[in-house]
Amino acid sequence: MKTTGKVIGIVSNLVTVQVDGPVAENELCHITLDGTPLLAEVIKVNGDKASVQVFESTRGLKNGDPVEFEGRMLEVTLGPGLLSSVYDGLQNNLATMEDVFLKRGEYTDPLDHKKLWEFTPIAKEGDKVMAGDWLGEVKEGWLPHKIMVPFTFKGEYTIKKIIPAGSYNIDMVIAVLSDGAGEARYVTMTQKWPVKVAVKAYKEKPRPKKIMETGVRCIDTFNPIAEGGTGFIPGPFGCGKTVLQHAIAKQGEADVIVMAACGERANEVVEIFTEFPELIDPHTGRFLMERTTIICNTSNMPVAAREASVYTAMTICEYYRAMGLKCLLLADSTSRWAQALREMSNRMEELPGADAFPVDLSAIISNFYSRAGMVILNNGQSGAITFIGTVSPAGGNLKEPVTESTKKAARCFYGLEQNRADQKRYPAVNPIESYSKYLEYPEIISYLDSNVERNWVAKVLEAKNLLRRGREANEQINILGDDGVPLGYHISFWKSELIDFVFLQQDAFDSIDALCPMERQKFMLDMVLDLCAKDYQFDDFEKCRDFFKELINDLRQMNYTEFHSEAFEKYANKTRKITQEYGN
Amino acid sequence: MAIKAYQRIYTRLDAITKATVSLKAKGVTNDELAVVHGRLAQVVKTKGDLVTLQVFSGTEGIPTDAEITFLGEPPTLRVSDQLAGRFFNAYGRPIDGGPEVEGEEREIGGPSVNPYKRRQPSELIPTGIAGIDLNNTIVSGQKIPFFADPDQPYNQVMADVALRADVDKIILGGMGLSNDDYLFFRHAFEDAGALDRIICFVNTTEDPPVERLLVPDMALTAAEYFAVDKNEKVLVLLTDMTLYADALSIVSNRMDQIPSKDSMPGSLYSDLAKIYEKAVQLPTEGSITIIAVTTLNDGDITHAIPDNTGYITEGQLFLRADSDSGKVIIDPFRSLSRLKQRVQNIKTREDHSQVMNAGVRLYADAQNAKTKLENGFDLSDYDHRCLEYATEYATRLLSIDVNISITEMLDTAWALFGKYFSKAETGIKQSLIDKYWKGR
Repeated sequence: MKTTGKVIGIVSNLVTVQVDGPVAENELCHITLDGTPLLAEVIKVNGDKASVQVFESTRGLKNGDPVEFEGRMLEVTLGPGLLSSVYDGLQNNLATMEDVFLKRGEYTDPLDHKKLWEFTPIAKEGDKVMAGDWLGEVKEGWLPHKIMVPFTFKGEYTIKKIIPAGSYNIDMVIAVLSDGAGEARYVTMTQKWPVKVAVKAYKEKPRPKKIMETGVRCIDTFNPIAEGGTGFIPGPFGCGKTVLQHAIAKQGEADVIVMAACGERANEVVEIFTEFPELIDPHTGRFLMERTTIICNTSNMPVAAREASVYTAMTICEYYRAMGLKCLLLADSTSRWAQALREMSNRMEELPGADAFPVDLSAIISNFYSRAGMVILNNGQSGAITFIGTVSPAGGNLKEPVTESTKKAARCFYGLEQNRADQKRYPAVNPIESYSKYLEYPEIISYLDSNVERNWVAKVLEAKNLLRRGREANEQINILGDDGVPLGYHISFWKSELIDFVFLQQDAFDSIDALCPMERQKFMLDMVLDLCAKDYQFDDFEKCRDFFKELINDLRQMNYTEFHSEAFEKYANKTRKITQEYGN
Repeated sequence: MAIKAYQRIYTRLDAITKATVSLKAKGVTNDELAVVHGRLAQVVKTKGDLVTLQVFSGTEGIPTDAEITFLGEPPTLRVSDQLAGRFFNAYGRPIDGGPEVEGEEREIGGPSVNPYKRRQPSELIPTGIAGIDLNNTIVSGQKIPFFADPDQPYNQVMADVALRADVDKIILGGMGLSNDDYLFFRHAFEDAGALDRIICFVNTTEDPPVERLLVPDMALTAAEYFAVDKNEKVLVLLTDMTLYADALSIVSNRMDQIPSKDSMPGSLYSDLAKIYEKAVQLPTEGSITIIAVTTLNDGDITHAIPDNTGYITEGQLFLRADSDSGKVIIDPFRSLSRLKQRVQNIKTREDHSQVMNAGVRLYADAQNAKTKLENGFDLSDYDHRCLEYATEYATRLLSIDVNISITEMLDTAWALFGKYFSKAETGIKQSLIDKYWKGR
């Protein structure tokens, strides 16, 4: 028998329920308000009183309203059709809702039950299988979407029956399995999984060993992120977080992209689903939307569902990773998720931690980041989830709980800097403070050695060092004045400006410059480092400045031209000539 | 509010704070309105039989034996075309001496638009001010605040923008507006002959602060009526959102909530987002654009109110007094319009974005030169040119008293580049230089 209860207290979306039976932490319940069921989740139990957070507005709710517990946690439905969908944080399909306004208590099915999929069996009758093993395949867009043994199945099963190739809808029983006791279990094309639990249907989780290209120079070359790696982008507002994230989403080398718009602006989500259907994936030539799922819980949607949205997104990624695919998860912004936790903690009158955030914030964040990663599946194939989250630090100050907690969990740090943004030096990623731990991984170093160039990392570190020296020289020039420092300081400074303007800065809105393949990045870095290696002679600092300004201008024009095109070579040749005149 | 027959009436208060009262009552719904001792109040918390109400006009003089009548519904506004040209208080009651509005009664602070039903904002709103149109172009369906110190003429700029914008309705939500500023808006709208497309909801400094909490929802409910039901382009002006947030903190403080940064409630981000996210471009012609004002304390944008606002809105327009030109300018470094890419070079000339970036970059170089000058260093020829450029750029383009077309703005910028700089120094794409360069 289901546990029921009634409402006995309300503060905003925190409702206290008097219950008549057992309830579980994180169990779902429905509160009925004038015939409309409102979904809620148990977050605290004390005696026979359960505190639940309601995923909807509680306007009009009153004491005594009936509550029915579901005996399950918040789940997502997994199956073909997830890609190119737009969901809210609870996986309601936003596209199939009719009203202009979101109606309270309206829940829509995440998947289309009528659509037919071309199914091809992979496993055969008599095979021994376990959770996550591939039974068959359908084509979702151009991706092979594996139909798997549901993740909830424990232990080993024998395939009793599998249906032949053909067109079926997602509810079709495609296989019958029998467990150790001989009991039959039926498998359709869909399965459900509780979002807050990590999917563990894989053999092992090794260290990442290759990089994921994004086409963004300051990431791929300076601080590369590994396939299956984690990174985060903190930055004050207006520093280009969203533009950078969208660039990564458009250009990232991944099979599946899940974007979680978590407590952010609706117009940014609109931009994604307006533009993506027309944009072509540079790696496959297919439409971007075909490999993209959007989880959209914008800032004005219910706060509790905001927390759910990042988990929903992660679970969908885990599902695709189990098919041996490379997934990229982008969450914008994890701070809004943390704020949702803070609002609830505050309403429950818990003792607060720093900045009134809950004390277990750090544990929650690192637990979430740990769900990313590369895995080896039971069949030996590999899949990966690369996760990049943005953080919106209050006042742009990185010494705040969300940034600090995330820094402990993520391996790459792309710090956006107000100063660079003010000077319109985009992407405003601070080249000195940002880091990628992966540059220290021997696996990654050897990957770069063989896939980009021998001793590539040494070159990157050299460029970073030139930037650092340039910054120091600039500080001295600012203190002592142009004439107060030796000419060498000016040369150091302008060399760093050369790297900054030509290599680090990139025009995300230019059709050519926006995406810079690794081969071009290598060419550019080699050229810039060659230029920096020359020993220049100038009469005075003004000559030095004019020389570098012209050089920078030419090379920036070059960034706008097609790689190895006539115009490109013209600038390259001109550069070579200039340096022959000055340097040796 | 009229008292109806079936309403539940209580006569005993258990607790009173400056902003809230608590009593034992049954069958009370969350968010519903009540009249406490003749004043409007709203249910904010129930715990067992104990109900806490926020009294909008404050609790001064409310006795423990006050009469409390529950009205059974959340705050509403009557909407119809009769709203146009009218002035209301925070409760939606006329303050212009005119009759009550007849129309459909709508709950304020209702649900949000399904993001999937939105359209991408793409229509330019020209204002004639180059600091906006050239550097921070705004688009219908956008939400953007002015960040300004209290001594800046933000209300005047906002009135200029509103009256120049090509929109069907202008809805003013005034929170803690001084009586002088209220009259300023009223006269500005009257003088422009724009009264028939104006609707005002006003809480002045003479009114109790907690009442302000109703103003944005009132204004936006009216806006939704015209944008959604009537497919009109609506511009909503909200001034001053800092005073709105202050009212939020008063209520949360009286309810013993743990404050987060700058003694603001932990829910500040969500509270502000609920308002600003009402800005929308609908699939029909209808749209709601929000231009707000957030006053700053001595230019400090790291304070919780501007900080949270910046993360919600699609940019901000930063007003600052400029000593070089002696004018109030829209600071090109601190200002941003996130939606400008939607229209620049598309609805405007092809050179727009490059001219904008070059103009700001050179202005930044002038700031560096200024720092050098202040530190007593010799300036180079380039520095001198930058400084001269900066003064003219601020006077002819950044100043808020500019009123020219976008093409004129671009031509002015090219003229300044040609006057002070070489082609390479601007860093503009060669193809555009070839076409538009003026001078040397």
